[in-house]
Amino acid sequence: MIKTDNKKGSILEVLFLLFFTFFCSCSAFAESDDMPQFFVPSPPFSEDIYPCSMCHEGMETNTTPRQLEWPHDWIKLKHSERQRWCLDCHDAENRDQLRLANGDHVSFKESYKLCGQCHGTIFRDWKVGVHGKRTGEWNGKKQYRLCVHCHYPHNPKYKDLKPLPPPAKPDEITGVKTELIMIKDNVPMWAEWAEKNKIEGFKTKDTESGGQKLSVPVISEKKEKREKGNEH
Amino acid sequence: MNINRRSFLKGTAAGLAAIGLPVSKSHASFWESFFQKHYREMTDNEKDEVVKRLEVEYSAKYGKNFDVATTKPIDGALFGYGLDLSRCIGCRRCVYACTAENNQSRDPQIHYISVLRFKQGEKWVNDLEGSDKYYDPETVPEEGHFYMPVQCQQCENPPCVKVCPTQATWKDPDGIIVVDYNWCIGCRYCMAACPYGARKFNWGEPYLPENEINSQTHYLGNRPRLKGCVEKCTFCVQRTRLGKYPACVEICPVGARKFGDLNDPASEIRYCIEKKRVFRLKEDLNTLPKFYYFFAT
Ligand code: HEC
Ligand code: HEC
Ligand code: HEC
Ligand code: HEC
Repeated sequence: MIKTDNKKGSILEVLFLLFFTFFCSCSAFAESDDMPQFFVPSPPFSEDIYPCSMCHEGMETNTTPRQLEWPHDWIKLKHSERQRWCLDCHDAENRDQLRLANGDHVSFKESYKLCGQCHGTIFRDWKVGVHGKRTGEWNGKKQYRLCVHCHYPHNPKYKDLKPLPPPAKPDEITGVKTELIMIKDNVPMWAEWAEKNKIEGFKTKDTESGGQKLSVPVISEKKEKREKGNEH
Repeated sequence: MNINRRSFLKGTAAGLAAIGLPVSKSHASFWESFFQKHYREMTDNEKDEVVKRLEVEYSAKYGKNFDVATTKPIDGALFGYGLDLSRCIGCRRCVYACTAENNQSRDPQIHYISVLRFKQGEKWVNDLEGSDKYYDPETVPEEGHFYMPVQCQQCENPPCVKVCPTQATWKDPDGIIVVDYNWCIGCRYCMAACPYGARKFNWGEPYLPENEINSQTHYLGNRPRLKGCVEKCTFCVQRTRLGKYPACVEICPVGARKFGDLNDPASEIRYCIEKKRVFRLKEDLNTLPKFYYFFAT
C-alpha cells in the first residue's frame, strides 16, 4: 500500500486494517486467540524430516529424557536444557505440531507463539518489527522471519558469520576486486553455520517467501589479497 | 564524455579556446545534457524528456534496458532510520547490498556504508576516528567489540546543502538529501562540511561490470554517475518512494536496521524512538540527523 496523500493514505490504512482483521478472524482467529497472523516464509526444516508423522505415526513415544539415536543423533539441546526436554516443545501425540505450556497446539508456521511464551519482551518487539526483521513494504505488506529462521531452536545463540571483505585502504590504488554472485534471500541463517560445521541435514535451500526475492551478494575474493590482508 | 560542467567552467575562466570543444561532441544529446535545467526547475514534461534521453544513453552504454524514474516524495511521509547496536555483528552484508543496489563504482571503490569497530568500553560516540573499519577476522562478532555502521544521516539541518555553490544537493520533502549529478561540479565543499564522512567522490571514471548493473534507477538515486561528481546514500530513493524498504534493511541478517515514516505513529521507527534508548551521532552539532542509533537490550 503506497500512500498518495495523507487523507487517502489514512483511509486506505483503515480499510486495510479492517480487511486485515476480517481476514484474520476467518483464519487465524478460528483458534480463538487475539493475535493476527503474520506473514512468514515457511519453516526452515531440513530435507526429509517433515512431516514428522512419516515415522512417528504409530511409533511409541518414549518420554524418558536421553541422548537420541538415529535420525536425531545430532540434536544436542543447549537451550536451558536442564529444565527442559524435547516434549516440552514438541507434542507427544501429534509430532507435526508444537505444544505450548498450557497444552495448546500450534503449527510450525507459528512457532513464534512457542518462543513468545518465555521471551515476552522480545516477542513484543518482534511483532512490531523491531526484534528480528521484516521485509517488503515499509508502508504496506510485510514479510516477517520466524524466530527459528535466525535462532536454531535447540541451540539458539545467534551463530557467528564470516564478514564480507573490508573496504580498500586509501593506499591501495585499486579497490578490492569482488565478484558478486547473486543468491536468494530467506535462506535460514543458521544453515550457513550448520553447513560450515558439517552438521548433517542442514543444507541450505530456498524457502517459500511469499513472492519476495532479494539478491544477496556473496563475495569470492582473490586469494592472495585475503592472505596478505590477514598478515597485519 | 570528458567534458563536464566543471571543466567547462574552468575552461571559461581560462578562455574557451584553450579547451577547444571537440566538434564530435557537438551532437544534440551532448548539448542537451549540457544545458539541462536544474532538476527542481524542470516541469514534468521536461523531466520526461531528460529521463528519456538518459535511458537511451545508459541502455546503449550498458547494453541493458534502463528505467530512470522521477518518482516524487510520498505526501506526508518523513523518512527515519533506526540501527540497533545491540544486534549488529559487523558482517558487512549491508555494505555490499548497498553497492549492488545503488550502482557504486567497484573500482575505484565507493562504499556508502562504513562499518566501524569499537572496543567495548572505549570512549567512542563522538570520536569516530578512534575506530577501525578494516577489521577482517574469520568470523564476527568478535569478543569485546561492537560495531557501528555509518552512512548518510539525512540531517534535517544538513550542512552539506548549505555549502553547495550550485545547489546541486538539497533536502526533498520526505527528508532525503539528494544530489543532481548533472549539476555537481565536484568542488567537494559538501564533503568537507559533512561531519559524518558520508559523501563520496568519484576520483576516477566509475567502473562496474555490466552484469552487475541495476537498471531500475531513479534520477536522484542510483542512476549511473560521472567522474568528478559526489554521491551518497539516499535511503535507496528508488525503492523507498515506491514503498519498499532500503536494500540495507532487506539484507541485514540480524535485523538490526529499521526504517519507516517518522510521521506515522504506528511505524517501527516511531516505536524505536518511543520505546528504546536512542541517540544520534554528534548531536551537539545541531545537524538533527534522522538516523537513530539504539540499544534494544
Ligand atoms: C524450545 C523448544 C524445543 C525443544 C526443547 C526441542 N525442540 Fe525440536 N524444534 C523446535 C522448533 C520450534 C522446531 C521447528 C524448526 C523449524 O521451524 O524448522 C524444531 C524442530 C525440530 C526438528 C526438525 C529439525 C530439522 O532438521 O528441520 C526435529 C527433528 C526436532 N525438533 C526434534 C527435537 C528433539 C529430538 C528434541 C529433544 C532432544 C527437541 N526437538 C527439542 C523446538 C524445540
Ligand atoms: C526418519 C524417521 C523420523 C522422522 C522423519 C522424525 N523422527 Fe523423531 N524419532 C525417530 C526415531 C527412530 C526416534 C527414536 C530415537 C531414539 O529412541 O533414540 C525418534 C524420537 C523422537 C523424539 C523423542 C521422543 C520419542 O518419541 O522417542 C522426538 C521429540 C522426536 N523424535 C521429534 C521429531 C520431530 C519434531 C520430527 C519432525 C520435525 C521428527 N521427530 C521426525 C524417527 C523420526
Ligand atoms: C520454556 C521457556 C522457553 C521457551 C519456550 C523458549 N525459550 Fe529461549 N530461552 C529460555 C531460557 C530460560 C533461556 C536462557 C538460558 C539459556 O540460554 O539456556 C533462553 C535463551 C534463549 C536465547 C539466548 C541464547 C544465548 O545463548 O544467547 C535465544 C536466542 C532463545 N532462547 C530463543 C528462543 C526461541 C527462538 C524459541 C522458540 C523456538 C525459544 N527460545 C523458546 C527459555 C525458553
Ligand atoms: C532476523 C533475525 C532474528 C529473528 C527473526 C529473531 N531474532 Fe532473536 N536475536 C537475533 C540477534 C542477531 C540477536 C543478538 C545476537 C546474540 O546476542 O546472540 C538475538 C537475540 C535474541 C535473544 C537473546 C537476548 C538478547 O536480547 O540478546 C533472544 C532470547 C531472542 N533473540 C529471541 C528471539 C525470539 C523469541 C524471536 C521470535 C519472536 C527472535 N529472537 C527472532 C536475531 C533474530
